[in-house]
Amino acid sequence: MPESESESVKPPCAVPDRREVLRDAAGVAVATGAYGLSFGAIALATGLDVWQTMALSALMFTGASQFGLVAVVAGGGAPVAGAVTAILLGVRNALYGLRLTEILQAQGPRRLLAAQLVIDESTAMAVARRDPRSARLGFWATGLGVFVLWNLGTLIGALGASWLAEPRVLGLDAAAPAAFLALLAPRLTGGHAWVVAGLAAAVAVLAVPFVPVGVPVLLAAVVGVVAALVRRRGRSADVPA
Amino acid sequence: MTLWWGVLGGALGCYLLKLAGLSVPRRVLDNRTVHRVAGLLPVVLLAALIVLQTFSTGTSLTVDARVAGLAVAGIAVWRRWPFLVVVGLAAATTALVRLIWPGS
Repeated sequence: MPESESESVKPPCAVPDRREVLRDAAGVAVATGAYGLSFGAIALATGLDVWQTMALSALMFTGASQFGLVAVVAGGGAPVAGAVTAILLGVRNALYGLRLTEILQAQGPRRLLAAQLVIDESTAMAVARRDPRSARLGFWATGLGVFVLWNLGTLIGALGASWLAEPRVLGLDAAAPAAFLALLAPRLTGGHAWVVAGLAAAVAVLAVPFVPVGVPVLLAAVVGVVAALVRRRGRSADVPA
Repeated sequence: MTLWWGVLGGALGCYLLKLAGLSVPRRVLDNRTVHRVAGLLPVVLLAALIVLQTFSTGTSLTVDARVAGLAVAGIAVWRRWPFLVVVGLAAATTALVRLIWPGS
């Protein structure tokens, strides 16, 4: 799902109005729901059925991972490669939990429910708030609002696309890479990210003729891990002990 | 049927990652290397998915109408146009190119 823009600009007001938090959450939910339309349409266009598409939005519920799985299996990749791609794209959600644990203070069944709602948008709307009550409200309102509208958007998009006879005629096979481009752009902060992204893209595309479908993406993941480790070592070498 | 296993397995994995973030002791995840890897994974995976979805069909490399769609999407992203506009323009451009050159 796209990065929320509301993370950056929040005046340091004392205790924001409850209504303001809910209004922001509703805005994010509506925008994300519109984005769910394109997920539903693309998933159907690439060969999933309506039930599988809805299962992804309800159970996986993290946009980039859903698109990733669809992209891999659509090209004829093994479902397990699609699942691994989705899981790797979801690793960042574990780190969001780090920042949310103290805000949410959720235990037992409440924590199990909160976990499902840990996504880019709900995290951004929680950590942007200074006082704990607003932060908690921001998380739950955004998470639940996005969940409902994301699934509704997916359903409408999927049903709409299921009536199309030939998605290629409408260029829907080009919609997925465009979606990935829109997701990638805000993450390309600084030269290092550009270089690593270019390297990963090159490795993936060069591997296409030689390995099964789905594997080139996983090779790109290896590039990312290696780049992170190399950079880490380079950094720590710079810093005097 | 196997596609269902991918859908459900992927969903379970993604959920467990979310739950792990809220459950495991802080020191396990609060580590600079973990942060660097987690930060770079979306970058490399999305970059790879963009080129694969544009330049490959199965296990062969191809150049077809999707390239035009991606190029227009690139302009739209650079101009910071809304997400649905980016996706819609890419699809429309590709459809238009196919209308002009059938089979591309």
